[in-house]
Amino acid sequence: MTMLEVRDLHANVQGREILKGLSLTVNPGEVHAIMGPNGSGKSTLAHVLAGRPGYEVTKGEVLYQGKDLLGLAPEQRAREGVFLAFQYPIEVPGVSNVYFLKAAANAIRKHRGLPELDAMDFLALCKEKAALVELPEELTRRAVNEGFSGGEKKRNEIFQMAVLDPALAILDETDSGLDIDALRIVAEGVNKLRTPQRAIILVTHYQRLLDYIVPDFVHVLADGRIATSGGKELAQELEAKGYAWLEKEPAPAGTR
Amino acid sequence: MSAVESPTPVPESAAPGSGRRSESDEAQRPEGRDSLPARAADDKEALREATRRDEVAPWLAALEAGRRRGEPEWLASLRDEASARFARLGFPSTRDEAWRQTSVAPLSRTRFDHATRGAIDDALDALPGFRFGGAFAGREAVFVNGRFMPELSSLGKLARVRVRSLRHTLQEDPDVLAGLIGAAADDEKHPFLALNAAAFQDGALVEVPERYAVRAPIHLLFISTGAVASHPRTLIGMNRGAQATIVESYVSPSGAHSFCNAVSEVLMGDGAVLDHVRVQSESGKAFHVATTAARLSRNASYTNHSLCLGAAIARHDLVVRLEGEGASTELNGLFASDDAQLHDTHSKIDHVAPHGTSRELYKGVLGGRSRGVKNGLIVVRPGAQKTDAQQASKNLLLSREALVHSTPQLLIHADDVKCKHGATTGQLDDVALFYLRSRGLDEAAARALLVWAFASDVVSKLKVAAVRESVERFLRERLGATGAVPGTPA
Ligand SMILES: Nc1ncnc2c1ncn2[C@@H]1O[C@H](COP(=O)(O)OP(=O)(O)OP(=O)(O)O)[C@@H](O)[C@H]1O
Ligand SMILES: [Mg+2]
Repeated sequence: MTMLEVRDLHANVQGREILKGLSLTVNPGEVHAIMGPNGSGKSTLAHVLAGRPGYEVTKGEVLYQGKDLLGLAPEQRAREGVFLAFQYPIEVPGVSNVYFLKAAANAIRKHRGLPELDAMDFLALCKEKAALVELPEELTRRAVNEGFSGGEKKRNEIFQMAVLDPALAILDETDSGLDIDALRIVAEGVNKLRTPQRAIILVTHYQRLLDYIVPDFVHVLADGRIATSGGKELAQELEAKGYAWLEKEPAPAGTR
Repeated sequence: MSAVESPTPVPESAAPGSGRRSESDEAQRPEGRDSLPARAADDKEALREATRRDEVAPWLAALEAGRRRGEPEWLASLRDEASARFARLGFPSTRDEAWRQTSVAPLSRTRFDHATRGAIDDALDALPGFRFGGAFAGREAVFVNGRFMPELSSLGKLARVRVRSLRHTLQEDPDVLAGLIGAAADDEKHPFLALNAAAFQDGALVEVPERYAVRAPIHLLFISTGAVASHPRTLIGMNRGAQATIVESYVSPSGAHSFCNAVSEVLMGDGAVLDHVRVQSESGKAFHVATTAARLSRNASYTNHSLCLGAAIARHDLVVRLEGEGASTELNGLFASDDAQLHDTHSKIDHVAPHGTSRELYKGVLGGRSRGVKNGLIVVRPGAQKTDAQQASKNLLLSREALVHSTPQLLIHADDVKCKHGATTGQLDDVALFYLRSRGLDEAAARALLVWAFASDVVSKLKVAAVRESVERFLRERLGATGAVPGTPA
């Protein structure tokens, strides 16, 4: 079954149309990279998929595992297996990371008919997943993102992804703000989370990330639409030529 | 700064009309003084005067009836003056600057009873729930409707600290108290302070000897019951170099229409250190008015944690005077109001001497149709050079009908000082809510978590674990929390 089917999606933010007829198909096991100029609507797409209130879909549809996604509240989407790693993760002072994640993980497990994890099992799970992105355990005990460096916040997002075990993960510029070593570590962590069942959408500006996490498809989002799509070599072309040349070519009818 | 820490500012007038006593008739009075409006103004003044007299009359009668014979001369005259002042001032109205946002009309119109046996039984029934799980056993003085209850108190572990009933002290050696009652709290303009001075029957006297440090916290528990008015008075004497932690808690069994008018005075000798905690969690129908006033000598350090959680109307005046060079104070406060509650705190930090430091952080969480008032005044007197004062007030509105007035004020009469103040009011951050929901938490749990996060820096400063845990429990219950709000962070 298709993981995600976006058809002719139009969406407004604050009354302004940002997504202007975007279509995209993602199958289980695939990694799709989405690139594109600043302000083209990449984060808007990510937030619409995760269900951000106030982002108004005016036209089009989104099917997730064959079912309508747009009618679901953000928490329902999360419980169904959608995960968004934020471009700008939020600080929640006074609430420890593991405590917050345990509540989240158990809400998801409950929805899936799985027994809730007790504190011991959960801590063991956290330890294992923190190791995956080499997140110091000390950070898992600290308040959610409070006082974390930019790179630590991004690592923490992938740590959360690992713990919550989504079917569809959307990573919004998880590479920005990471130093060279951290980028490699996080990319390796994401690669370990690549499974035949899981699909990943990577929003990025940099070819560098795609050297580590090799995508199956690369799409260029420009002015609210997919302007062009291709294989991993498209990213290299973009790196060399920038985005300006795109405007001269007509947008392809389909996306793949 | 995180999104939770700095809620999106909204205009303070975002909430609709406050339902306070109307002042519009006064505002509409024409400037010109022709005879008709002038006569109307005179009539209005006469009417106010009559109302004031009617309101104070039963209180004055009760004061007269409750008069103790055999009190020392100084106390009798202190009481005479205080009751004359109360009669003159009357209950405050919203025309008084200090009470502009807080109408005490529901209080001044209520008739209160004397304590009955039944009221005391109510207190006894509820008592176990007020003892913080026994955390203060051996260092706990219990007061019911303002009266010390030796049989309910347990004071076996105080060692060299003296905790006595004010009433017993007045009977046994009254002159110890001469010059101390009213030494920190100035009732010139404050009718409730004057009323307390005229009416107090009992209270706590705590004295920590010179250079003596008490590690375990001392608990003063004030229970109000029924429809009873009480005026407990607390006097804390921290001698030179003394150190202590003192928790005052004000409670009432649920449903009690009580009125507690409390005054606490704190005198801090050179280098004394006090961690002073105040938890007010009275019934949602109770009236609570209180003053905490502290005077600090050289290098004294006074920390006040004030948690205003209960009562229908609660007003707290917190006054700290830094009189000795190098004194420091930290005021840490949280109020959490809901339904139609009104929580009002007026703080005043008075820097009299040089090299003083003050830090104030007050947070308000307002739900329902509740009202909050936070007025914070910092005064720096002419001689108080090198003063370092910071004040922040942050409020979180959880409903459209809630309203908060927060007014920071600086009065600086010295030139070499560092003073900062700020006030913010906002709502829960939408993006933060979305972030938590995108992880699978439902909306209620996400909201609860963010409120928790907002209050966390104030709560985490509470060093007394039993108090901190009870405040956390309160927040969890108030927030109708699910598993999302942490008990103790892992
Ligand atoms: N909450 C908002 N209010 C108003 N405008 C918004 C909001 N969110 C996004 N926009 C606007 O929508 C457009 C697309 O923004 P979006 O964040 O999706 O871009 P992006 O492709 O992710 O850019 P970047 O590469 O810089 O992250 C921008 O013009 C942005 O200003
Ligand atoms: Mg973006």
